[in-house]
Amino acid sequence: MDLIQKNLLQEIAGLHEVPEGAYNIRANGELQARNTTANIDIVTKSDKSGIDIIIKPGTKNESVHIPVLLSKSGLQEMVYNDFYVGEGADVTIVAGCGIHNGGDQASKHDGLHRFFLEKNARVRYVEKHYGTGDGTGERIMNPQTEMELAQGAYMEMETVQIKGVDSTVRTTRAKLGKDAGLVIHEKIMTHGKQFARTDFAVDMDGEGSSVNLVSRSVARDHSRQEFISVIHGNNRCVGHSECDGIIMEQGSVTATPSLTANHLDASLIHEAAIGKIAGEQLIKLMTLGLTEAEAEEQIINGFLK
Amino acid sequence: MLELRDICFGVETENAEKEILRNINLQVDERFVALTGPNGGGKSTLAKIIAGILVPTSGKIFLDGEDITGLSVTDRAKRGISYAFQKPVCFKGLTVKDLISLAAGKSISMTEVCDILSEVGLCARDYVNREMNDSLSGGELKRIEIAMVKARGTKLSIFDEPEAGIDLWSFQNLIQVFERMYRDINGTILIISHQERILNIADKVIVIADGQISRQGTRDEILPSLLSSKTCSVLTEKM
Repeated sequence: MDLIQKNLLQEIAGLHEVPEGAYNIRANGELQARNTTANIDIVTKSDKSGIDIIIKPGTKNESVHIPVLLSKSGLQEMVYNDFYVGEGADVTIVAGCGIHNGGDQASKHDGLHRFFLEKNARVRYVEKHYGTGDGTGERIMNPQTEMELAQGAYMEMETVQIKGVDSTVRTTRAKLGKDAGLVIHEKIMTHGKQFARTDFAVDMDGEGSSVNLVSRSVARDHSRQEFISVIHGNNRCVGHSECDGIIMEQGSVTATPSLTANHLDASLIHEAAIGKIAGEQLIKLMTLGLTEAEAEEQIINGFLK
Repeated sequence: MLELRDICFGVETENAEKEILRNINLQVDERFVALTGPNGGGKSTLAKIIAGILVPTSGKIFLDGEDITGLSVTDRAKRGISYAFQKPVCFKGLTVKDLISLAAGKSISMTEVCDILSEVGLCARDYVNREMNDSLSGGELKRIEIAMVKARGTKLSIFDEPEAGIDLWSFQNLIQVFERMYRDINGTILIISHQERILNIADKVIVIADGQISRQGTRDEILPSLLSSKTCSVLTEKM
């Protein structure tokens, strides 16, 4: 692995070297390294590009890292990864994509991640996207995530994109069974002329299911963001979505929530607040001795922490 | 020492300019000075002018002999002015510890944060990692606001109605915080308050009504007449 790739790996997975546990590192479209464990198997798909990650029932406290690194300008790929999480398993999955584009051609990584959680399985899924490189070529990522949660399953997804991705459309779909729970925390910051769209759609089919979607975003310069959240409550369930956006300079954020209650005991809430940094927040921090720029930095850092 | 010379402040209304403060002349060099008077009299405006949040229409402000009239909020803070807002500001994502550290101007240890929080009557363990948001009660937010000013430990600390918006029980404890602060402070406390118990520990009481200083003097000179005054009915009602 070269220095650029190591840096990308550090940014998206917090890893200095190869991780412990199961992992699959993909670099410039090819398998670079893989490790499986007694409970977690990783198998290359035969019909298309991608892998199957099979986690045995009852697997506890194990992790899977599947970072993707792109450092060759102009590389474009589409990857299909499927996660099968057995009954009662409790695991952490860290995915993410880092693109370094030093050339003038667009680099693009599209991925479809499908999660199948069996009864009472629990997954913490962390996904980070990061772009770097001083080339003029665009860095494009379009991650799609699909989740099916069986009875009592629980999934927590953290998705972070702070820097360097020029264009992203993030599509997330989920179906929740009885007593299944889904929590999604999204953090996103766009600069320059970047564009980011987040598109969530969740069907709460099972009785007692719940979903909580929380998005915090900052749109700077001339960047644009769209936040779409569609929640269907088809049974007795609780759904909440929240979009907090800070706009700076000429940035723009559109939030489009949609709640549909198809059951009398579906309780659905959406909250959205978009605006510039509140003047009183800046003034408060300035009375503590910070300059306006320092205050702004602290507020943004805290907001996206 | 803080000195205000001929401070005036007006705002443009549709038809004319409305005067909020008129010719305020004031010297603050005692340890504990209370600003009181009816609501809408201009007290908070004056506090904001001292902190640099509002710019006076005319007049000068001096801190230890230096003219600070043209200085920004940040520069005044750096020269030793702290200001606890009447309505504490909430921050999504910033924790109590973050804010106390920012106030202290350095990264401070958990023990130091805990010490400061317990001085304002908060059990630190429950609060350090809480976000400064509206899940905290009015009394809790007020205490954290006061803790930030304490963490700075500057030569001039301004408190704008620390009692506003908190319940009676919280207030009893809060009074003790100020009584303690009065004993320990190295600089000057300038506090806007309607509370007799606060005014009772002040070295100097200044009454502002209708945009002007109507009276000022020691608490013994001011309080008896203030408490019996009909013109200050708002004040006595609040007590």
